[in-house]
Amino acid sequence: MEYVNPEGLRLDGRRPMEMRQLRAEIGVISKADGSAVFEMGNTKVIAAVYGPREVQNRSQQLNDQALVRCEYSMANFSTGDRMRKPKGDRRSTEISLVIRQTMEACILTHLMPRSQIDIFVQVLQADGGTRSACINAATLALADAGIPMRDLVTSCSSGFLNGTPLLDLNYLEDSAGGADVTVGILPKLDKVTLLQMDAKLQMDTFENVMQLAIEGCKAVASYIREILLENTKQLESRRGI
Amino acid sequence: MLQSKSFVKKTKQGRVVKVVREHYLRDDIYCGAPLCKVCDVAASRLSSTASTILVVDTNVVLHQIDLLENPAIDDVVVLSVVLEEVKNKNLGVYNRLRALCSNSQRRFFVFSNEYHKDTYVKIETGESPNDRNDRAIRVAAQWYQNHLGSAVRVLLITNDRDNKKKAVTDGILAETVESYVKSLGQPALLDLIVQPPSDDVTMEDAEDLRPSKRKTIYPEHKPMSEITSGLHRGIYHQGKLRVNRYNPFEAYVGSESIGDEIIVYGRTNMNRAFDGDIVAVELLPQDRWQEEKSLAIANDEDEEEDDVHLAPSSADDAPRVPSSAGDKNAMPTRPSGRVIGIIKRNWHSYCGSLDPMPMPAGEGGIAHALFVSKDRRIPKIRMQTRQLGNLLDKRIIVAVDSWDRLSRHPSGHYVRTIGEIGDRDTESEVVLIENDIDARPFSSQVLACLPPLPWSVSAEDISNPIRQDLRHLRVFSVDPPGCKDIDDALHCMLLPSGHFEVGVHIADVTNFVHPGTPLDDEAATRGTSVYLVERRIDMLPKPLTEDVCSLRSDVERLTFSVIWEMTPEAEIISTRYTKAIIKSCAALSYVEAQARMDDSRLMDPLTTDLRNMNVLAKIMRQKRIERGALTLASAEVKFQIDTETHDPLDIGMYQIREANQMIEEFMLAANISVAKKILEHFPPTSLLRRHPSPTKEMLEPLIQTAAAVGLCLDVTSSKALADSLDRAVGEDPYFNKLIRILATRCMTQAVYFCSGDLSPPEFCHYGLAAPVYTHFTSPIRRYADVIVHRLLAASLGICRLPDIFQERPRLTSIADNLNYRHKNAQMASRASVELHTLIYFRNRPTDTEARILKIRSNGFIVFVPKYGIEGPVHLMARGQKEGGKWIVDEQQQKIKKIDGQDSYGVLQTVRIHMEVVEPQPNRPKLQLTLI
Ligand SMILES: [Zn+2]
Repeated sequence: MEYVNPEGLRLDGRRPMEMRQLRAEIGVISKADGSAVFEMGNTKVIAAVYGPREVQNRSQQLNDQALVRCEYSMANFSTGDRMRKPKGDRRSTEISLVIRQTMEACILTHLMPRSQIDIFVQVLQADGGTRSACINAATLALADAGIPMRDLVTSCSSGFLNGTPLLDLNYLEDSAGGADVTVGILPKLDKVTLLQMDAKLQMDTFENVMQLAIEGCKAVASYIREILLENTKQLESRRGI
Repeated sequence: MLQSKSFVKKTKQGRVVKVVREHYLRDDIYCGAPLCKVCDVAASRLSSTASTILVVDTNVVLHQIDLLENPAIDDVVVLSVVLEEVKNKNLGVYNRLRALCSNSQRRFFVFSNEYHKDTYVKIETGESPNDRNDRAIRVAAQWYQNHLGSAVRVLLITNDRDNKKKAVTDGILAETVESYVKSLGQPALLDLIVQPPSDDVTMEDAEDLRPSKRKTIYPEHKPMSEITSGLHRGIYHQGKLRVNRYNPFEAYVGSESIGDEIIVYGRTNMNRAFDGDIVAVELLPQDRWQEEKSLAIANDEDEEEDDVHLAPSSADDAPRVPSSAGDKNAMPTRPSGRVIGIIKRNWHSYCGSLDPMPMPAGEGGIAHALFVSKDRRIPKIRMQTRQLGNLLDKRIIVAVDSWDRLSRHPSGHYVRTIGEIGDRDTESEVVLIENDIDARPFSSQVLACLPPLPWSVSAEDISNPIRQDLRHLRVFSVDPPGCKDIDDALHCMLLPSGHFEVGVHIADVTNFVHPGTPLDDEAATRGTSVYLVERRIDMLPKPLTEDVCSLRSDVERLTFSVIWEMTPEAEIISTRYTKAIIKSCAALSYVEAQARMDDSRLMDPLTTDLRNMNVLAKIMRQKRIERGALTLASAEVKFQIDTETHDPLDIGMYQIREANQMIEEFMLAANISVAKKILEHFPPTSLLRRHPSPTKEMLEPLIQTAAAVGLCLDVTSSKALADSLDRAVGEDPYFNKLIRILATRCMTQAVYFCSGDLSPPEFCHYGLAAPVYTHFTSPIRRYADVIVHRLLAASLGICRLPDIFQERPRLTSIADNLNYRHKNAQMASRASVELHTLIYFRNRPTDTEARILKIRSNGFIVFVPKYGIEGPVHLMARGQKEGGKWIVDEQQQKIKKIDGQDSYGVLQTVRIHMEVVEPQPNRPKLQLTLI
């Protein structure tokens, strides 16, 4: 299968180094303390954050830091086949864990001892790169909830098909069986907090592919920053400052 | 700009899902014209002087690709919508179109109209995908005209009348292929145009061809929807049609659904399918299987036009014999069927010549001729030509266009002329084309990968820790005389312990051929060097094969070596693999090596080494035979070629000496050692070579022949067969060799495979009685060895494993290509020998001795050992077989004269006369007659 044609275009018309269209909206669920919808092309994810609040199950309470919990799920209608997506299967447990660990790494948990922060992410529409979209949505929702963070965490994936590194794989490219590298970074601190890869890659190719994903993360970060800035400005004007 | 495409798709499970895909439209897609003021011209492909730019539609590409490939057609814009449609309809044409687009000599530009913001069109409600694509082509053509302005004429080439009409209404210039080609004023180009199939021509023409007036010859193909549902319900079976190379009236369809091959007998049942087509087959009722078969056999005998050919050296070269004539009334076990539809055509162009025919009266007019392909599997092709007089004595290439059911033959068109029939160069080129062998010189990109010349071992190579310095060893090579690409050398040293150190040193080709380079890609595609009688087509460029890699004497060369410590009983104590540097002290020929060993006065160290090795080799060979390895034989023919005229001067059997066997033994041992090593390190991704055990059915002809002369062969295992072959000695000395030759031709050839695709018991090499085997010793002329070198280097930790070994399917496809190339190379060699045999006997009628191989109803097939050929000897003229003077005894394989005076039996010696005759002008053939 040809994923990059000799003219250098991918199946959906992007060039190898191009990301899909990004779109984000903050405050989509009024009941939650913070919420956001994040879209990368046809992948659409909603995130809601509750907290910091009292720990529900006392036995889990931590005395020196906040408890971060994350629940990931996929809407039944998120893929074309409208199948029931079981909750708590291995894949969603794993993604929940990945998101929790990634977010925990940037939340200043020591400022909120004996409290609990719940992050709910749900995939509304899946078209590849759901992991990255979930992290980006969660970052926005956390920022919306005003939870203190070291930095934003942003994520993007990249892959390697037809001998070319490709940024931000869609479902079609993702299911091609090539490598899929998901990277999460703290853009200001320039630190990698998440790195996942299935399949194998040569060391030097891997470097290139990962570098590409990092560039993608940085692009996502500047977009998220813009959205947050705009959101803050709107808040300002609403409050009449 | 973002567009989303949505469509419904059926999944493999048969459910229907809606698929939505993003579709990005861009503003950075350029027009490809170098004079454009707006676009980035860096990647422009069209010529700057072009006054006309052609935009072609999908059907023009699909049907007129031969025309497009002619350099007279240039400055063509290929739209991505066209590319996509072509790709879905015919991958072969797509690849040719892609090759045109990337050929720097040609001016074909791919315009991604589907991603351009101004040329993307969305499907309208009620519009069919075809109409939408036609509209997209028109929109793109219009965009070009507006974009480039009036300086350039943008011409849409389409044969679709409706599309053309709409284009003209939109103000786009449009022409049909024919009218455009006529406007070029080159009449020869017109022969390249494919005539539209009859249902496409205008009404007035169709009137003349009134179907009722013509006889329907073939049953109609079922519509695709019916085929699909039939396949689904299991009443039809899908598979690739393979026509028997030696009997074009018999074909096989390998069907997964019934797990067996379905036999299709006769042209009517094949229903216009070609070799390689994907077809849908319907099984015939079981009681008709036999009837179809006997019909086909009768048919076969009628059409029988057996020429004298080279004796086959394995089952792959030999005709499939319909199982013994004796059980003609027994129920056939294999299902027989008929083709009811063609799912995918495998049409391409074919090499051959026109059926001899008288010149039509009016010179220069259009003549209808029949084309006969060299490949017997292809039916005759009807074609039109304006240059009949020119073509009658030529080898030409013809492409197939269509085959309607009213016509006995498919129709096609002329593509190009190769040369005169019988001319050695022409026929050699035909051999190459027929076997898909690329004999073009290497491209500059490939040559750029070569190391700078003159090359010599550098100080870095010597100090490289992975490379052992073995220049002090007494290394030598033994090859056929005049061999320039020496890829193996050996050494043998007596150790103080009384053991021997024996080394096999193989040219370190992978030191120069790196994965992923154009050089490597080219070698991977070629797969093997091809040896024709008068020339060699190299897998790697000459500087590598004859100089840098060749282990010539008295120069330092890089090698990949296998070194054993062996006891004097040839027991391997240890095996070591290393990259090394050697300096060969002698490049011997087999004759020289043999002479040295035989000359008892010579006591120099080199001769001693040779003798020691020969002793070891003999023991190894003996052990191998005890394990059950077969000593096979084939009638290899050697030509002596005139260096000036390249005509054959003499032919004869290739003589095998002890020295040959000695070298062969060590090469086998090295291959086996390497196979073990790589398999141990990379169990799922090793490239190995296996030789499947022959089935009882395959050995049937051998058993029958042997039985006819009172010999009983045990074929239960390779060991049993080897033993009974050893026992098969008659009073005449050649008998044993003959039986071995017959045994060899019953077996299929060994094949490459990826170790992950099979289970270990299937790895076995039957002929060598080795559990694992691979090819390591000839990397200069076989790509398999290059791969094995990389695997071995990676297993030693010398270098990292290239990417391809991480994907088993890719390795499998490489192995498939190697098998394909290997087979083609062998067929080409054989065809080349046949050609030179014909040239040799042209002026030399000869009497010689021959052996009867098989009794036929009108004579017998003989094998001529001296020249390695076989062919029919007719005792009576064709068509006279009934009521003739000869009676055939099938059981005893004898043919007797009615009065009982003369009789001939199988394996009997006869004297024959060989002569080249020309029954038809320009069609010489070798004829054998009994003296
Ligand atoms: Zn332009």
